[in-house]
Amino acid sequence: MKEFWASAKKEFLHIFRDRRTILIVMIMPVIQIILFGFAVSTEVNNARVAVCGDMSDPQIRRAVERMDENRYIEITGIISVPGEIDGLFRRNEADAAVCFSRNFGSRIPDGRAGVRIIGDGSDPNTARMITSYISGVLQDAAADMEISVSGERQTSMTPVVQLMYNPAMKSSYNFVPGVMGLILMLICSMMTAVSIVREKETGTLELLLVSPVRPLWVILSKLFPYLLLSAFNFTTILLLAHYVMEVPVNGSPALLSLAAALFVIASLAIGLLVSVISSSQRTAMLICGMGLTMPTMIFSGIIFPCESMPLVLQWFSDIIPAKWFIILVKKIMIQGDGFGPVMKEMGILAGMAALLLAASIKSFRTRLQ
Amino acid sequence: MNTEYAIRIRNLVKRFGDFTAVDNISFDVRRGEIFGFLGANGAGKTTAMRILCGLSRPTSGSGTVAGFDICREQEKIKRNIGYMSQKFSLYPDLTVRENIRLFGGIYGLKDRTIREKTEKMLGMLGIRDAGDRFATDLPLGWKQKLSFCIALIHSPQIIFLDEPTGGVDPETRRRFWESIYDTAGNGTTVFVTTHYMDEAEYCDRVSIMVDGRIDAMDSPAGLKKRFSAGNMDEVFRTVAGRAVREE
Repeated sequence: MKEFWASAKKEFLHIFRDRRTILIVMIMPVIQIILFGFAVSTEVNNARVAVCGDMSDPQIRRAVERMDENRYIEITGIISVPGEIDGLFRRNEADAAVCFSRNFGSRIPDGRAGVRIIGDGSDPNTARMITSYISGVLQDAAADMEISVSGERQTSMTPVVQLMYNPAMKSSYNFVPGVMGLILMLICSMMTAVSIVREKETGTLELLLVSPVRPLWVILSKLFPYLLLSAFNFTTILLLAHYVMEVPVNGSPALLSLAAALFVIASLAIGLLVSVISSSQRTAMLICGMGLTMPTMIFSGIIFPCESMPLVLQWFSDIIPAKWFIILVKKIMIQGDGFGPVMKEMGILAGMAALLLAASIKSFRTRLQ
Repeated sequence: MNTEYAIRIRNLVKRFGDFTAVDNISFDVRRGEIFGFLGANGAGKTTAMRILCGLSRPTSGSGTVAGFDICREQEKIKRNIGYMSQKFSLYPDLTVRENIRLFGGIYGLKDRTIREKTEKMLGMLGIRDAGDRFATDLPLGWKQKLSFCIALIHSPQIIFLDEPTGGVDPETRRRFWESIYDTAGNGTTVFVTTHYMDEAEYCDRVSIMVDGRIDAMDSPAGLKKRFSAGNMDEVFRTVAGRAVREE
């Protein structure tokens, strides 16, 4: 045991003496969370909307006022013909336009009053968000108008959309689990792989292996500091997400930690595997960067939903541990699930961790022989 | 336990698939002897040495190192040998003291012993002031001496030196061999590989590996007589020249 601590202590010295490592470990999670939180936001914020319609119509004025009151929408101009919209979009003076039909007010009673919402399709994601947001606001307004005009509510079916667990559609609910998965994987896989390969390069790994410390303990003493670091990072991200981004932690933190622990073990095992196959630090870094971080970003559902991928790619995404971890975080943290509902994902992640650990230790042993 | 021999190896074979890296070698090394283990690159030196150090298991054959079985008691072997590689591996981002502490620690020495040994070592090397310098800042000669001392920190019975003088100037090499003599004089067995034939002359006995076999083994004087050569360089060329295996 004394031997283990001597070796683990050394690993900590490596981490704290290398500025690059400190930067990755301590600063990167904070920066990523803040960056994703404030800069990379997919929410509707100050959408600039142009209105096309007869402003002398009191019903139109009410609808416009209703939009203007909303804090996410800003009315930037009134235009008289729809043909001007194209110019507004091209000059980047509006993000969307709302066109009211002729004789809007007088047509409300017979239900033929029309509104068209026009979005700037050159940026489809934003356009979809803004148009659906505006349509929500207008639907609210329409319900009120019907009552005020005809005295009773028309029996037209207006679906009311409500997003459970995330009523404000905050994107932080999506990226916090994603960033958590990315960072834990980066620290556990990339940093352990690089640190083991570095010892291979300098020849110090030989010295450790020729010592009476068992090879398994040599490796564990190298993995242990990164386990502690990722626990630290996990806590930091969770606190930042909760107190700065106001992402709720609805489920049990213990269950969340269990998921994280399984994921960390899987990632450490991947790091060990990478260190066995790569002969230089650069190779290890490349394999981790291209072979792990990229697929994690693409296939784990952080950016693109897995459900909309071709079937083959969906299968591929199933073998990425990060995907299951991110699903678990979403379920536990945001939906507040208990152990029962997440048993399947937890089981898959645990199986992956066990398999990877066995494979990596075996391949490490084989390389020694 | 046999007290006369530090290493006894009988019919050692190591195969990787179809390739026979070590082909049936047998030899003994006496206690306190300086044993030179020569051979061209790829002759199987490193593989054989890894087996002796308990890093790898032989395919067949038997033997003891420091009195312990090479197949079954690798852990005990590791406790009783020291190892220094050609890279003088120290941790560059640790100070001299931290390096010594670390290796003392992984060999299970007590804290007090480590402290005493550290001071003694720094004094002996004449680098007491450099104790808190990073290992990477030391001149090559110092690094070499320091890793030699660290390999001896747990007072092993045998020390394995894998090309310990690579890339070092002749004067430093000569002084390094003086410390090897001192160590052997204290009863420690020295098992050394080298590419410098003048160093081979310093050894008590020398073996030359060719294609995984030991083709010649005797004292340097005996070898020179047998191959009627003027120096070890000629001996080595004659013996190693028979190799058919590609590097």
